[in-house]
Amino acid sequence: MKIIISNQSELPIYAQIKEQLKEQILNGQIPEGSTLPSIRQLAKEVGVSVITTTRAYSDLEAEGFIATMQGRGSVVLSKDNNLLKEQYLLRIEEGLTTAIETARVMGLPEEELREIFHNLLEASADTARG
Amino acid sequence: MELLEVRNLSKVYKTFLLDNISFTLPEGYIMGYVGQNGAGKSTTLNLITNICKSSSGEIYVDGITCEEDESRYKESIGYIGDEFYFPDNFRIRDIRSVLRNFYKTFRTEKFDELTKRWKLDGKLAVKDFSRGMKVKLMFASVLARDTKLLVLDEATNGLDPVVRVEVLKLLQEYIADGERSVIFSTHILSDLEQIADYIYFIHEGKTVLYDAKDELLESHLLVKGERRAIYPELQRALIGIMDNAYGFEAILPSDRADLLTNEFHFEKPTIDQIVIHYIKEREG
Repeated sequence: MKIIISNQSELPIYAQIKEQLKEQILNGQIPEGSTLPSIRQLAKEVGVSVITTTRAYSDLEAEGFIATMQGRGSVVLSKDNNLLKEQYLLRIEEGLTTAIETARVMGLPEEELREIFHNLLEASADTARG
Repeated sequence: MELLEVRNLSKVYKTFLLDNISFTLPEGYIMGYVGQNGAGKSTTLNLITNICKSSSGEIYVDGITCEEDESRYKESIGYIGDEFYFPDNFRIRDIRSVLRNFYKTFRTEKFDELTKRWKLDGKLAVKDFSRGMKVKLMFASVLARDTKLLVLDEATNGLDPVVRVEVLKLLQEYIADGERSVIFSTHILSDLEQIADYIYFIHEGKTVLYDAKDELLESHLLVKGERRAIYPELQRALIGIMDNAYGFEAILPSDRADLLTNEFHFEKPTIDQIVIHYIKEREG
């Protein structure tokens, strides 16, 4: 887990913490089922106020990334839960939309875009199979 | 639970009035008490530590007033001020034995551990300590006791940045179990700003702002631009407009951001900037 607070950022500190944790949960650097440091622990380590870390965690909870359980702390939820699934789908759509827009800008025919997509899909499946 | 509760606190002096201060500080949080020199910060903190008596109002620490149980009230508070309060010729061992006799909860092992960790020289009279060493010694004497509330009155004044960072860590460790709280006064926030949960801002004995720090920061914008671009409605909304030869700077409540045209530049303020412009607004 990695958190960097920037005073130059336009984002408030709680949002910086939240976005960085979200990023690391989505890309798997913080695996599901793992326990995040407590709100107070994190505040102490990062050197920010307890209210700030509380807000970051409660936002992550509201968006379905973590659940806070008495005695167990804040646990990263499974990727199967609906809220989190939505976040993933949103990301996929964003990525594909960028690809489609780029293709449109260069005037690439739809057929060729589909082909690129299929080829990449297969290549990635091959790598996954090893 | 509220660890510190101040209700309608006033203190009348011949030339100064601390006017109706009220706030609460829950267990496990840090409050920054800010204002200019002479704003009434020390007066408030001295009332909390019961160094002086209020003209009216009540103060509860961990649920009790000083009148209800003076010894329990005083045992639960640790105070560190701007001035060093141990006698000049004392050495660490003298301070240790005085404190052991004075406070029921004073733990000599803890005191020894801290003075050793901070390499405080037992052979020197404390008058020969540096400012940083004196502050550390005061922290050791307070942290060796079982207190619930730390009251720091300009305690980090004159400390170098390295020691200031150590003090911040100490304060965060102190509240880490969620059962103890800290109130500190300062006329410059800078690094202390980051760890404060709540801000209470007084000016000439009166409350100006009191809120969670994150709320204060988010509800204000720092605006810059050319003076001639300010139109009447914006003029009324801006707080503490300060001019220089080439432009102005002011604070604007975030909910009035719609008043800003693209002629203006705006950014996140610091607590110090909010304080400066509010004082400017009051003093004209």
